[in-house]
Amino acid sequence: MYKYDSYDQQMVDARVDEFRDQVERRLAGKLTEDQFKPLRLMNGLYLQLHAYMLRVAVPYGTLSGAQMHILADIADKYDRGYGHFTTRQNIQYNWIKLEDAPDLMADLAAVEMHAIQTSGNCIRNISSDHFAGAAADELVDPRPYAELLRQWSSFHPEFMYLPRKFKIAVIASDTDRAAMRLHDIGIQIVEQNGELGAAFYVGGGMGRTPMIAPRIRDFVPLDQLVTYSEACLRVYNRHGRRDNKYKARIKILVHEMGAEEYTRQVEEEFAHLLDEGIEPPLAELERIKTYFEDPAFEAGAKSIDRSDPDFALWVERNTVRHKHDSYVSAVISLKPVGGIPGDATSAQMHLMADLAAQYSFDECRVMHTQNIVLPHVKIADLHTLWTALHEAGLGEPNLDQVGDIIACPGLDYCSLANARSIPISQQISERFAANGKGDTLGELKLKISGCINACGHHHAGHIGILGVDKKGVENYQLLLGGSEAEDASLAKITGPGFNEAGIVDAVETTADVYLREREDGERFLDTYRRIGMAPFKEALYG
Amino acid sequence: MKILTGNDLKTGDVVWWDGRGWSRHVEDAVDAGEEAETILAREEAARRVNVPYVVAAEMADGIPRPAHIKDRVRALGPTVRPDLTLKPADPQAIDWVI
Ligand code: HEM
Ligand code: SF4
Repeated sequence: MYKYDSYDQQMVDARVDEFRDQVERRLAGKLTEDQFKPLRLMNGLYLQLHAYMLRVAVPYGTLSGAQMHILADIADKYDRGYGHFTTRQNIQYNWIKLEDAPDLMADLAAVEMHAIQTSGNCIRNISSDHFAGAAADELVDPRPYAELLRQWSSFHPEFMYLPRKFKIAVIASDTDRAAMRLHDIGIQIVEQNGELGAAFYVGGGMGRTPMIAPRIRDFVPLDQLVTYSEACLRVYNRHGRRDNKYKARIKILVHEMGAEEYTRQVEEEFAHLLDEGIEPPLAELERIKTYFEDPAFEAGAKSIDRSDPDFALWVERNTVRHKHDSYVSAVISLKPVGGIPGDATSAQMHLMADLAAQYSFDECRVMHTQNIVLPHVKIADLHTLWTALHEAGLGEPNLDQVGDIIACPGLDYCSLANARSIPISQQISERFAANGKGDTLGELKLKISGCINACGHHHAGHIGILGVDKKGVENYQLLLGGSEAEDASLAKITGPGFNEAGIVDAVETTADVYLREREDGERFLDTYRRIGMAPFKEALYG
Repeated sequence: MKILTGNDLKTGDVVWWDGRGWSRHVEDAVDAGEEAETILAREEAARRVNVPYVVAAEMADGIPRPAHIKDRVRALGPTVRPDLTLKPADPQAIDWVI
């Protein structure tokens, strides 16, 4: 894992002191809320429905056991014993007191964590593949590149007041596990003629105008990665629509300007920047890489005893092939049937931290699907690990199944929400567990947002649900056919929305159409793409 | 009726204007009528409340019920965590919200 150097630590510590002073001045009345709000937001502190909410950055989703333990302690000390893991691979706390926030941030800083740039119109936490450094199919570990970009984008003075928030994802395999093309910039590390470089996708996003990012450059040499990123940002910073919040994201600029013209301007700026020599020396990248070297993998058992059927099912669904044949990556589901997607209690966090220390070289990862990964688990340890998880209610075998729902906080917590998302996800997972259909559906990604901002990725759901306000009553639109993966597509609305009970029925009806129509080996998404919307509409509204 | 709400500056707790000060319980909320804006300005300036606003509400069973579901969620707490609401022992409380 990356370790802070003295600069990193100094910056984070200084930020805690600065924020402590700002909070004191706010509480003493020397700052008005209008003056204070941008300051607290720069430190990830929002005001939500019930209290202040703090969003903590987890760079590319990677956490050490010690960091996970502190996240658990924070939940107990400053919150109500739990936290919410989010689609941006971060964690949010829902009940923070303003007067406690500086102490909380000092606790975070002690384990090299912070909440900087988790809000505001800046470059946000950089996300990546949750199996990075472990995946059998990756070209290289994408995290050193994500870390380089994190360092470049942290406190970058030119990009602190962009037209709008800015999100970057970095992957290094053809399978996209990070929704890369739904980011403002998606970067894929690729190989060309034996040399590593980066393909750039720019202008993706969700929100009210979802877009899939077009590829604007096939190959940027690694010693020009930061320079090219800077050029992409500069053109956006210059022309992005500051006049209209709803048109301010880079996706709108790329769309309105046209990908070709945008690319032309980026290339022009890039040529200019190359002359300026802003790229950090490659030695810096090499230095960063040393933090992400493989742990000391050992050869061991390669086969798994699957005689226990519950264990076998979990292995089949929740473990993923590792680049070392004596290891797998194991996914801890935070989606028990009827539970709140992404919520974990402090006890669960402590347990996950202990298990990471014992079985995964002290490392865990937050997935954008709101689950936790232990990236490097010895096959020989799997059964012991599963037993511990199972006993703690963390052994749900449902990765990418209908019960593995992404849900944003919705109207239960979020001040921008139109409708609740969590209860819908709870009812759907309960329905499909009770009727037994859940186990027959295979991969089915269901994603729910409580408003058009799309924090729950509903545009990218095989089945998506969007909460809307219909004359003061919660109403839900159903969408079909989205994907955040390498076959990215945007889901389409089926038709008129449903009320709370109706949307759960509608999802079941949709699943039934799939079960009736599917051909051998087809996932829900494949069937939808083959047969189109009509049979689903017929069944839903017929 | 017009009731007033906001968050406590220090703790972030949801609070309601009870005629003399700020209460955590919507049951205590009073009709601020024509005074609403004046009270908000005075209380916010004195830092007795943060980002306050006026909420349309009506009396139902003797309790002010905010017109918008968002303020009813604020008044009770998250519907998915009854244990963390202001009425953890009352399973019916959520019906009031929805
Ligand atoms: C509760 C406080 C939250 C607030 C106020 C909030 C606000 C927003 C807003 C305004 C947008 C739309 C931005 C735009 O299109 O310009 C957005 C998008 C998004 N948010 Fe949130 N959000 C919240 C929580 C979350 C959570 C909990 C997650 C993860 C579960 C999340 C992840 C995202 C993602 C992935 C997007 C869409 C991607 C994009 O277009 O950038 N947000 N959020
Ligand atoms: S999608 Fe809307 S309701 Fe859900 S967290 Fe984002 S802003 Fe809130």
